[in-house]
Amino acid sequence: MTRFNALNLVKNALTGHKNWTEQWPESQPKAEYDVVIVGAGGHGLGAAYYLAKEHGITNIAVIDKGWLGGGNTGRNTTIIRSNYLYDESQALFNHSVDLWQNLSQELNYNVMYSNRGCLMLAHTVHDVQSFKRHVHANRLNGVDNRWLTPEECKEYCPPVNIAPDARYPVMGGALQERAGTARHDAVAWGYARGAAERGVDIIQNCAVNAIRRNPDGSVAGVDTDKGFIKAKKVAVSASGHNSMVMETAGVRLPLESMPLQALVSEPIKPIFPCVVMSNAVHAYCSQSDKGELVIGSGTDQYVSYSQRGGLPLIEHTIAAISEVFPIFNRMRMLRKWGGITDNTPDRSPIVGKTPVQNLYVNCGWGTGGFKATPGAAHTLAWTVAKDEPHPINAPFTLDRFRTGRLIDEAAAAAVAH
Amino acid sequence: MIQIHCPYCGETLPELEFAYAGEAHIDRPVSPTEQTDEEWAEFLFMRQNVKGPHFERWRHVHGCGRFFNAVRNTITDRFYTTYKAGEPRPDLATLLEEDNK
Repeated sequence: MTRFNALNLVKNALTGHKNWTEQWPESQPKAEYDVVIVGAGGHGLGAAYYLAKEHGITNIAVIDKGWLGGGNTGRNTTIIRSNYLYDESQALFNHSVDLWQNLSQELNYNVMYSNRGCLMLAHTVHDVQSFKRHVHANRLNGVDNRWLTPEECKEYCPPVNIAPDARYPVMGGALQERAGTARHDAVAWGYARGAAERGVDIIQNCAVNAIRRNPDGSVAGVDTDKGFIKAKKVAVSASGHNSMVMETAGVRLPLESMPLQALVSEPIKPIFPCVVMSNAVHAYCSQSDKGELVIGSGTDQYVSYSQRGGLPLIEHTIAAISEVFPIFNRMRMLRKWGGITDNTPDRSPIVGKTPVQNLYVNCGWGTGGFKATPGAAHTLAWTVAKDEPHPINAPFTLDRFRTGRLIDEAAAAAVAH
Repeated sequence: MIQIHCPYCGETLPELEFAYAGEAHIDRPVSPTEQTDEEWAEFLFMRQNVKGPHFERWRHVHGCGRFFNAVRNTITDRFYTTYKAGEPRPDLATLLEEDNK
């Protein structure tokens, strides 16, 4: 595989860009693998990459029913941040933010990580108290976060309306400067390329229909559209369909799948320098390098696998955007779409071992999985390789729903997760 | 906009009038003190998360305020039927057959 560097760019430019090697081959399944990963999104491909690179396991297949990166990896609003309330969440998401910093260099693939900062606006006294608590909790853990006055918010992000007579006036904001955005497709492609280079098979358009178990209960392999594939270990990372895949192995999960929507505006010149979130009115927004405003909406209230979502949510989101940024209220929206998120009752993920031997799960990322891609993948790879929890993913067990030791970020991070 | 039929009001109204209230026909434990942790986890947290016909509860919050049950297809979001709380779970095969007519 050709590495991306200045010399190769020049060489290929001179030959009309006709001699680039393929990024990853079109693989067909072998009869047996050391590890099969179900779901070729950023998390699954990343786990394969780290298994190959850091744990020396290269006999791996990543299997997806669609194309790689075609699920929630390519449907999110690309926001990356780690300003969570609880120590466990901060450790997990900050590990991810640490990995994001050099991911392009690590993968030799430009994931366009831009730490442009994430500003969370406070509109009520409760918001102010809650966000200041977040700032203090973060700083105790060495996680970047600081408090801004309304004037400082306006200075940091000029389109924000801080007029005191607004329906929901801005009373301040919490700013994480290390937060930012990345190009979501590139993350899947970069991990896929890096994994394939190390011998991982990426098998697309091949649904995993069931997980098969040995008579002793341990994992035997997976039944797919292309027949049975034997596997010593299976890791499931299939976002909205995790509960369906895991049910075939007899593992019940505390998940509910709901569509989460996003939309983009027509492209405009650079106006929006950072990510802004407002939990109180429920808006979040950033501007892509193409110039489109990328706007996140909410999940439908009901379980659904329709990858589109309900229109009332879009109306609600646009109302919120117009409230916080009146400058945008005449803009036209180009398109909207939905992705199916798997939500846990405490809105924290489940990463690690399951009651079935040699079966691992990476699920419950709900509406906030993209930011965690490198961290989730990195710690999942550790758990699969060593058959034990990584110190960072150890609290995120399935067993916490039996013991009651929940990581209740539902209340902590409010709605824009 | 999804239209939902309230079995108490007898009217079909936009989804904005209603609040989803989770999976239906989950019974509270008869003797809570004798429940094991596993049974509590099952009751509180584990859900079917069905892809297809799903039995679920709704509440007509901006109307009569009452809870009722519904069968909805989670792939198409189409409602097959709604029925009053306390009524038995309708037979799915019959419902789907009627819907196909």
